[in-house]
Amino acid sequence: MNRYPWWKYLILAVALVVGLLYTLPNLYGEAPAVQVSSGKATVKLDAAIVPRLQQVLGQAGLKPDFVQFEGNTVKARFNSTDEQIKAKDALSKALNPDPADPSYIVALNLLSRSPTWLAGIHALPMYLGLDLRGGVHFLMQVDMKAALTKKAESFTGDVRSLLRDKNIRHGGIARDGNQVVVRFRDAALRSQAQGLLAEQFPDLAWTPGGEGSELTLTGALTPQAAKAVQDAAIQQNITTLHNRVNELGTAEPVIQQQGADRVVVQLPGVQDTARAKDIIGRTATLELRMVNTSAEAMAALSGGGPVPFGSERYLERDGSPIIVFRQVILTGDSLTDAQPGFAEHQEPAVHLTVDAKGGRIMRDVSRENVGKRMAILLFEKGKGEVVTAPVIRGELGNRFQISGRMTTQEANDTALLLRAGSLAAPMEIIEERTIGPTLGAENIQMGFASVAYGFAAIAVFMCAYYLLFGVFSTLALGFNLLLLVAVLSMLQATLTLPGMAAIALTLGMAIDANVLINERIREELRNGVSPQAAIHAGYERAWATILDSNITTLIAGLALLAFGSGFVRGFAVVHCLGILTSMFSAVMFSRGLVNLWYGRQKRLKSVSIGQVWRPGGTPAADEPAAKA
Amino acid sequence: MEFFRIRRDIPFMRHALVFNAISFITFALAVFFLVTRGLHLSIEFTGGTVLEVEYAQAANLEKTRGVVEAMGFGEVQVQNFGTSRDVLIRLPVRANVKQSEVAAQVFDKLCAAEGGSVGTKAYTTPQGEQVSRPSCTAAGAEPLKLSRTEFVGPAVGSELAADGLKALAFVVVGIVLYLAFRFEWKFGVAGIIANLHDVVIILGFFAFFQWEFSLAVLAAVLAVLGYSVNESVVIFDRIREAFRKYRKMTTPEVIDHAITSTISRTVITHGSTQMMVLAMLLFGGPTLHYFAVALTIGILFGIYSSVFVAAAIAMWLGVKREDLVKATNKELDPDDPNAGAVV
Repeated sequence: MNRYPWWKYLILAVALVVGLLYTLPNLYGEAPAVQVSSGKATVKLDAAIVPRLQQVLGQAGLKPDFVQFEGNTVKARFNSTDEQIKAKDALSKALNPDPADPSYIVALNLLSRSPTWLAGIHALPMYLGLDLRGGVHFLMQVDMKAALTKKAESFTGDVRSLLRDKNIRHGGIARDGNQVVVRFRDAALRSQAQGLLAEQFPDLAWTPGGEGSELTLTGALTPQAAKAVQDAAIQQNITTLHNRVNELGTAEPVIQQQGADRVVVQLPGVQDTARAKDIIGRTATLELRMVNTSAEAMAALSGGGPVPFGSERYLERDGSPIIVFRQVILTGDSLTDAQPGFAEHQEPAVHLTVDAKGGRIMRDVSRENVGKRMAILLFEKGKGEVVTAPVIRGELGNRFQISGRMTTQEANDTALLLRAGSLAAPMEIIEERTIGPTLGAENIQMGFASVAYGFAAIAVFMCAYYLLFGVFSTLALGFNLLLLVAVLSMLQATLTLPGMAAIALTLGMAIDANVLINERIREELRNGVSPQAAIHAGYERAWATILDSNITTLIAGLALLAFGSGFVRGFAVVHCLGILTSMFSAVMFSRGLVNLWYGRQKRLKSVSIGQVWRPGGTPAADEPAAKA
Repeated sequence: MEFFRIRRDIPFMRHALVFNAISFITFALAVFFLVTRGLHLSIEFTGGTVLEVEYAQAANLEKTRGVVEAMGFGEVQVQNFGTSRDVLIRLPVRANVKQSEVAAQVFDKLCAAEGGSVGTKAYTTPQGEQVSRPSCTAAGAEPLKLSRTEFVGPAVGSELAADGLKALAFVVVGIVLYLAFRFEWKFGVAGIIANLHDVVIILGFFAFFQWEFSLAVLAAVLAVLGYSVNESVVIFDRIREAFRKYRKMTTPEVIDHAITSTISRTVITHGSTQMMVLAMLLFGGPTLHYFAVALTIGILFGIYSSVFVAAAIAMWLGVKREDLVKATNKELDPDDPNAGAVV
């Protein structure tokens, strides 16, 4: 009766192999690597850079394990720190001819040393949390009220322009909180305006108010529109943060939305909070200026003279110089949106929207400058660069497009660049944590020691108290640890100190199931049941109890998961997973071992489960001897 | 080895009144300390700034305290953390100070007090990772290092406290419902009262000794709550089984039998878990210290409360054989404990 069908052994064997495979990457440790990422918002990495890097490294006589393109960085892994530093120097020299103005960031990094075939089956090591490797953590609150106010402000201007264009007389337009209030003197004008505004501004809900000659029309953002504004604001802020953080060259920055209006930024390895804060808090600025195409400017371009007075020399994205006037037509503040799209003839284009004030300026400037070029400059780190310099084809309004000589990809990039210049809404740091690298290393070591010593103590006790069944229990506990680490690696969970505490505690609790089973078997034996039947009954009867007790523990774990954050969450994830793996390992795996060992013996006389004491039963049992 | 050699069922229930009185007194004391002293909440709940500084030599706490107090942040705590060289400084939230810059200011002042100045030090770790950090240098040496800073805004703190209470409520309701569904409402109520009494006693300890109550401790408290209910579940399981098996026993006898036959398992399991917790207490360092302390108190009182309190409350609530056995009317009952044992 204590035999498993072959498929149950198969399941156990598969679980063991999968567990081993996915735990393995955690044991390899890390190897030195060099990471190349874009140093400017205008430079974009693609897979084409890989052969170029390989060539540079080859010329320097370096042999990387691999050069790999992922998302927006390229990583090359090396055998020794020595090679890594040489590679970094070679790459920075080749990629950044001008060290004062680097287009690429070449940073040292660490990559898992596990072989590529393991990475091929997505067996990757767990991430180490900030408390284990050092770094900074920010929780930032996005000021949504400001985002809505900004939107209402831009609507106010748009409404004013529209009413002026359509010749509808009003008694003043003002922003009141997040609402646009338009005053009218008579009802006919108001109803005319209401029809028009409702049609032109579907994002606003218009309600008439006031009486006599003091009539008003109040436009409030519809809930859907308000939500869209907030979502767009947080998305844009995250994009902007990404661009800025990339510049730090951090190994694995985490930038995530948390809740409706918060962003978490984690930068492992960065210790200089002041600099990180400075970079995160900075705003890139966008400026629109006219291109100077006078004879002096042309001469200056070809190197035949100084840059004319009132003009400046900048570089375009392709590296060619361009002379633009110092006078700024518009700044990025006026730009409300930039989206990629298509112009007539299905040509890729970027659609820009500026606010009403900007629209008026654009109209005046473009009317006077048809046929001339206008430059859009992006200033980052105090340096400007011309994103694009299109020719003005006609009079422009507050919505216009840039098209021509662009691929769809370029249109996307340009739109992103134009949008990424600034934060959609101000952000405030509401939580900040920095952990030094030595403290991180100590934490790993302490967490590891806790698990190791605790496990050893339990193993020794179980083996001494339950003999062979104790060995089975210990193996099952080891299997539990293996499965838990494998599952965490598969989920690519971040291992933190609380997570390690949870591993320790979960193991300490998981042994409960085996104690229950072993005690039950002893009890059955005490009642005079035959060994095979005792094993069977022990497992069967303990199961209901194990299930009950694990479910109550799981309820607590889920509560922590649902309501916890930070420390508690890291703890709860591991705790809940550990409970699930422990049910499998403590019951099925240990039973499998017992069945393999004892199941085939038909005439089993005794089992090695430690001494079974019988009250007043068999002689010798009452002796304090510790023999089975 | 066999630790427990019990010939007859121990008449625990005869002394139920005594146990309940002991529980009640400890409970009342815990509540008393909670009310009079209150919990010493960590900055995670109250908001504020924490700095951990490592000095090259054993730290002079008085000097450090003097420097920080002179900056006028209000009630400042300066204490050793782990070793005599590590100092933990806690600063409360002040409305007129920009919190995110407090840590840097304090470090500047501490550094100046050691006669140094703060600069940025970039270096490469042995693994080849490039990091930079603010460092304090005085005459070529580094008298103190900033190991860790933490700043929590007051809004986040109050949210965490609210979430903690929600989690506690969720656990309590969840467990009562589960036990009521699996056994009987009387067991659910008895189990949760017994274990909430543990929770209150843990909190009482933290209030009495003014240990820092952090998120980690909260996690430990809730984990213990789930874990001790375990214990009650095992005993309740046995009570149900004994009600079915021994039809002649009275309720107190059944409970005595259930407790006696599980006591070996109770002690061994808790002992094993306690070994793990002890390993954390000894090797886990200062970060896990109070987490492990809370678990230790929880485990010890967990044994006591689930053995002596939960069953006694269930008895006072009037558990009867009919409450548990009524479902087993026919021979083909999947819950029958004898169904599986085909010998």
